[in-house]
Amino acid sequence: MGDTTIVGKRLPMVDSPAKVTGRGLYADDLTLPGMLVGKILRSPHPHARIRRIDTSRAEAVAGVAAVVTGSEFPNRYGILPIGHDETAFALDKVRYIGDSVAGVAAESEDIAERALELIAVDYELLPAYFDPIASMQAEQHFIHDDKSHNIEKEYHHHFGNVEEGFAQADCIRQDTFYCAEVTHAAMEPHATLADFREGQITAWSSTQVPYYLQRTLANVLELPMEKVRVIKPLIGGGFGGKSEVVPLEVQAAVLARKAGRPVKITYTREEVFYAHRGRPLQIIELKTGVTRAGKITAVEARMIQDGGAYCGYGPVTILYSGQLLGAMYDIRNMKFDGYRVLTNKPACGAMRGHGTVNARFAFESHLDILAHEIGMDPAELRFRNLLQPPCLTVNELRVTSYGYPECLRRVVQRSRWQEKKGKLPYGRGIGIAGSHYVSGAANPIIRSALPHTTVRLELQADGTVHLYTGAAEIGQGSDTMQVQVVAEELGIGVGRIRLVAADTAQTPVDLGSYSSRVTFMAGNACLEAARKLKKQVFDAVARLWDVPAESLRAREEKIFLNRDLQRSIRFEDAVALLLNGKGSLSVEGSYAPPEEARGGKYKGAGVGPSPSYSYSAQVAEVTVDVETGQVKVERVTVAHDCGRAINPMTVEGQIQGSISMGLGQALQEEMVWNRGRLMNPSLLEYKSPSTLESPEIDTILVESIDPEGPYGAKEAGEGSLAAVIPAVANAIYDAVGVRITSLPITPEKVLRALREKENQAGSKTRGETR
Amino acid sequence: MEKERIRLHINGKPHDLEVASNKLLLDVVREDLRLTGTKRGCDDSSCGCCTVLVDGVPMLSCVMLAVSYQGPEITTIEGLARGDELDALQEGFCVEGGAQCGYCTPGIILVAKALLARTPRPTQQDMAEALAGNLCRCTGYTQIYASIEHAVRKLQSLPTEKVVASG
Repeated sequence: MGDTTIVGKRLPMVDSPAKVTGRGLYADDLTLPGMLVGKILRSPHPHARIRRIDTSRAEAVAGVAAVVTGSEFPNRYGILPIGHDETAFALDKVRYIGDSVAGVAAESEDIAERALELIAVDYELLPAYFDPIASMQAEQHFIHDDKSHNIEKEYHHHFGNVEEGFAQADCIRQDTFYCAEVTHAAMEPHATLADFREGQITAWSSTQVPYYLQRTLANVLELPMEKVRVIKPLIGGGFGGKSEVVPLEVQAAVLARKAGRPVKITYTREEVFYAHRGRPLQIIELKTGVTRAGKITAVEARMIQDGGAYCGYGPVTILYSGQLLGAMYDIRNMKFDGYRVLTNKPACGAMRGHGTVNARFAFESHLDILAHEIGMDPAELRFRNLLQPPCLTVNELRVTSYGYPECLRRVVQRSRWQEKKGKLPYGRGIGIAGSHYVSGAANPIIRSALPHTTVRLELQADGTVHLYTGAAEIGQGSDTMQVQVVAEELGIGVGRIRLVAADTAQTPVDLGSYSSRVTFMAGNACLEAARKLKKQVFDAVARLWDVPAESLRAREEKIFLNRDLQRSIRFEDAVALLLNGKGSLSVEGSYAPPEEARGGKYKGAGVGPSPSYSYSAQVAEVTVDVETGQVKVERVTVAHDCGRAINPMTVEGQIQGSISMGLGQALQEEMVWNRGRLMNPSLLEYKSPSTLESPEIDTILVESIDPEGPYGAKEAGEGSLAAVIPAVANAIYDAVGVRITSLPITPEKVLRALREKENQAGSKTRGETR
Repeated sequence: MEKERIRLHINGKPHDLEVASNKLLLDVVREDLRLTGTKRGCDDSSCGCCTVLVDGVPMLSCVMLAVSYQGPEITTIEGLARGDELDALQEGFCVEGGAQCGYCTPGIILVAKALLARTPRPTQQDMAEALAGNLCRCTGYTQIYASIEHAVRKLQSLPTEKVVASG
């Protein structure tokens, strides 16, 4: 492992020149001759039946090429096979303010907007549900007729025996945590350009999941898969917000089909906020027991997620919340009741750290509370509950590589935890927490025996290697990762590889950029393909030199004889030898998770299993202004177990980006709703972190070398998000002795807690409150 | 809306155009001139993705009427590289990872360009203050600072290979 020349190097991302010069094209940068602008008519009501729609006046406007309503393309779709509850436009009901009622394609945006104003819709208003608890008690007017009491899905898991577990505990805590709804706020607004001609639809779209979009368009347009082509241009950030089909993708396609001309829809920033699919509001009732020796004996959680008006990834989100309590610490008794509830607000979905983040905030806060109650250092409490991998957790998740203890050791050391914990002056504090994430879901969204990813390498006569991959680069560096793996294995420079990616007409199926799956899965497929190609190159050279192929090695654009490094042949000469007059040669590599990593057989067991898990430990240091309640994060120290850093620069970038997003959720981000209307649908008011709110992040990479990852690699893009939130909450407790269990931790909440503490304690001094 | 004949000076060249008098500079640059490196990230001057330089000063083209900017020299991200030779900042953003998804990158590079013109050796606080109006959702800004520092070292003829503490 130590002698790699390209894997492990801080190489620039292969697409960075295009990005820094402005030459790179994103979906909204594309145009086609005769292209129309698409705009959407949105519901002004949170819940209403559509009695009648009259589009005739809109159709009569000069410059309007097509108007589409729900009945014309009524096929239902949704990312999960069990959740097909969306249509291109509302069929009979609207379910949130902003729901799509009709679409117009016109020569210009002005004309399209004028036409939208001329569409007459007759609504019958229905009672609307905005609060998940109230929504669960509904007896009629359900948001979807087949979902009684507006419960999308509920799961009840019990592993081990929590009653026995709690009986063994010396200290039991029961607390309720509240997490506000947050959203991705990727810098690029969603955009889709669709073109229908000769019976085929082509969509250039800001998607993380070209293959699922291809399937959905085939379904809605009633076309065979081969008549649907999805091309992913550069993507300006996804974070999960583009990991299921977003309405405009279907709408651009149906408008293009009806108009017979290309149609582009680009969301306004306000539309992006309403498109949402972000992290749901979540209420977590958590009960945890520990012994005096710090051993966790039982965990019981009841969680409610406010999923909004459509299913989306909902059942997966609530399952991740429960299931991934399991793969971090050694917990033998675990009970989980999870409810995914529908309300009349935009649908939630997958957001970086999908499902695990809010649960991790609650659990890691709880560990801090329990540590203080039993008088143990919170870092030590974590050390006392480590898994002993390789192992199966109580809920049958297979854990192999486990760098978490090393991560803990490194952040404790680097942050000088022992010198600071409980010893900083009042108003300053330090907190620790951990988190983890899957390196790809072990089970596909749509059950299938196909590999999760396939890549093809095509060796050209001039020694160029064309890499065809369906994996979706969204800014995380996956294109670069794949090129580095292939280059390393073949011993060639990255410049020799030409990448063709994420075009369903050219590239084999990859399931997409979600669940942090690309490095592990596409990386392994690249590795397999490159090894096959290398074998053929080596066989040709071995015949030439009359040596065993095993005695050869490839590096620095040459093939060497292992025992005689003076003897070598240039890569392109070896290629000429291999091709022997042929024009090119192709090999394939693919990846599917091993059977033993795919989880148990119980209901809901499919979510949570992964071929491997990443781990992260973090220490946050904060200053709390006791006059204003303002929390300033001074510094975050993070150690992330990424298995192996194929590109340490991009891995560090992923970790730092995760922490930035986590800090936003911890302290300042929140979607504020008022009867179904978003009060802060702009980037200025939503307040994702700017430079001025972003602390120094000290980033440590822990390389546990996963036994099955490509060069030992596993995920790096999501696992570090969650820990920073409880690390900050725990640091606030250390600083001023108040426990905030509600996100975001605003100055108002901190001040209120400080006042309550003062009221309870009279005029206690700091020493007594600690 | 009435169209007006205007002349804009963009990236060192005059451009004669006929545009609606209410058309934003952002839309003229992207649609009429096909310089799509200038990005639209919001609609209300809150993200910084549409930043251009007007006589060297960073301004948000999503809140500027094109007809009002006929005099000054306007620089977009496309105006930075000379042929294939990248500007030091562009190089920095490649080699230090300052561009992940790349969508905020043009605006951030242009703001950094203006910063280095007035403060050739900025502190991290200088950089943070200059970039306070440019949101990036990918990086957490750490590698953006490293990218700008790379450019500073290159422009000051200091060694650009920095020792990386990691692992």
